[in-house]
Amino acid sequence: MNAAQFTRRAHLALEDKQLQTALSISRDGFTAQRAAAVARLPEFDSLRDSARDIKAHTLAHLDLYLEAYEKRVTASGGIVHYARSAKDANDIVVSICRRHGAKLAVKGKTMIGEEIGVNAALEANGVDPVETDLGEYILQLRGELPSHITAPAVHLTKEQIAADFRRAHRDLPEGRDLTEASALLAEARAVLRKMFLSADIGITGANFLVAETGTSIIVTNEGNGDLAATLPKVHIVLASIEKLVPTLEDAAQLLRVLTRSATGQEISTYTTFATGPRRPGDPDGPEEYHVVLVDNGRSALLGSEFAEVLRCIRCGACMNHCPVYQSVGGHAYGSVYAGPIGAVLTPALVGIENAVDLPNASSFCGACESVCPVRIPLPKLMRFWREHAFERGLVSVRQRLALNLWGFFAKRPALYRFATRAAVRVLAKIDGEDGRLRKMPASWTASRDFPAPQGETFQAEFARRKSMGRRS
Amino acid sequence: MNTSATPRVGLFVTCLVDLLRPSIGWAAVRLLEDAGCTVEVPPQTCCGQPAYNSGDRNLAKDLARQAIDTFASCDYVVAPSGSCAGMLAKQYPGLFAGDPAFAGKANAFAAKVYELGQFLSDVMKVKAVNARFARRVTYHDACSGLRELGIAKEPRKLLKSVAGIELVEMAGCDRCCGFGGTFAVKYGEISTAIADEKIANLKACGASVLLAGDLGCLMQIAGRLSREGSGIEVRHFAEVLAGMTDEPAICRPKRTPRP
Repeated sequence: MNAAQFTRRAHLALEDKQLQTALSISRDGFTAQRAAAVARLPEFDSLRDSARDIKAHTLAHLDLYLEAYEKRVTASGGIVHYARSAKDANDIVVSICRRHGAKLAVKGKTMIGEEIGVNAALEANGVDPVETDLGEYILQLRGELPSHITAPAVHLTKEQIAADFRRAHRDLPEGRDLTEASALLAEARAVLRKMFLSADIGITGANFLVAETGTSIIVTNEGNGDLAATLPKVHIVLASIEKLVPTLEDAAQLLRVLTRSATGQEISTYTTFATGPRRPGDPDGPEEYHVVLVDNGRSALLGSEFAEVLRCIRCGACMNHCPVYQSVGGHAYGSVYAGPIGAVLTPALVGIENAVDLPNASSFCGACESVCPVRIPLPKLMRFWREHAFERGLVSVRQRLALNLWGFFAKRPALYRFATRAAVRVLAKIDGEDGRLRKMPASWTASRDFPAPQGETFQAEFARRKSMGRRS
Repeated sequence: MNTSATPRVGLFVTCLVDLLRPSIGWAAVRLLEDAGCTVEVPPQTCCGQPAYNSGDRNLAKDLARQAIDTFASCDYVVAPSGSCAGMLAKQYPGLFAGDPAFAGKANAFAAKVYELGQFLSDVMKVKAVNARFARRVTYHDACSGLRELGIAKEPRKLLKSVAGIELVEMAGCDRCCGFGGTFAVKYGEISTAIADEKIANLKACGASVLLAGDLGCLMQIAGRLSREGSGIEVRHFAEVLAGMTDEPAICRPKRTPRP
């Protein structure tokens, strides 16, 4: 997968009937659920302000909060590792697994794990990683990337998933009914339960890291994260550095906007707090607790024009409300991060030269910004990427020429009025009486008619009437 | 700012209205004059949004300076477009944020910019118009007007004062139509898929006319409807408010009788 083939992939997505069915089922659900949750909480918009401020404050003092967090984790018996790059992070995870002679690792859902490709690193080193979030598990069977931040398999229909289970679960009786979602869930759960009980390592992500207490928090609806964090002997938390928040109170505030924005829930089914390894007298918990803090380009964004993207709490509301995402789905973006947040984040991760379409493929409708729980100005940040692309000559020659030509006229009002008047008169003649143009050189008319000009420019006609001493 | 009884309004006519559908400009002139304004149309080109959204910040700034100077003598600048008004009012200040020599000018300019419906309603306090349009219509909230300028109630309130009109709401009235300026051409296939969602909602609401405040969206929706041979009409709301609906709807044949 790569982000450079957006247009081709988007085309395939629009032709993919199964994908279009899956997308049409999910899109109205997400938006309606969020709207209902917001309507039930009149102070939601002021909570968004406060969520934005908490994240902005933390990012402004990230060095201090990282140090404070590390101290607390260490004090409770955990080990904090810093990873500058994806490779560093993978090396750390692999070395922990090696030290324990691990063969099997169960994983909770982690976007940073997807970003750094930790599964491939584990497999290459003889460790079998098993995804335990239902959506992620399905994707692992299919060898696919998530197409959505919170609902990774949202691009699939139940029928596709049933077929995957029949292919992958060899001991599944042929007559077993898998038509209902609950049957699929029960089947996955039975398979995964054995994995939880025999895994050497549990790997989870983190929605928040709390500096005050050294706690990592995960939000799930399946409870798989709890099992991955508590059953194996070793728990590894993978988290990018911007997950820090100062206090538990701050985390609680952010949770209120996170779940409502994501799924319209007031709170998710499970909110799991992990603070270090099992203490003497604890009934359960891992013997070792590691946190791998991943930078992978984040610190370069701090202080840049893109810094605000680091406020993201990965709720997925931007993609749920994005008309482009709703039309083509997440895989078109060719990145683990799809939709508007991906259009801003992916160029930062892979370079704008490898993802120039992503910030460009937006109508700038602003729906993403209007629902973002931490008020990230996504269209503005996408425009910054367009400016980078323009400055670096990454736009097509044709587009650049067209813009230059148009700019030449637009900067010369007298010439502009003369030229547009002539052009409009010619165009108005072509259509005859029809009122529309059905074929033009630009791609507009591939799917749409173009309105024929009425015949005279407004400015010319206004000047004429004014000279005759009358207006409308 | 001149607060006398007849404010001098500079009409920022917008490229699309200027070139393709001057009747919207005339409707705006009539509405503004009826509201008690003196309307001026200083020689103008474009707000610079195509350059701004294509990443050419320098060209956008050149055009912004030009527009600001062009309308220097007007009390207000009014555009029959939420998108262009949004550019002038909300984006110009940001363009010059790091330019102390021009930032003050850009901010003062931005403060006198309004979208047409917003200006009539909020500044001129127009409560009702003198027009008749006996059709079932629906209103599409164009994105920039809605989310950049917060326009939603104003055009609906004015439309409800039109005699004979029935205003119905469509599902997803605030969802993008897929136009997005150059997006509609650069990503035509996606743009069209988004338009089709809009059109499905439009058809479901039972209106025979779709109205909006941005010619870009109107071209997109009308162009797609026309291609599929739909009979639903598409117009700028100003034409209805001004009682100027003799002109054929967008993408519709001219009404000159054939010999």
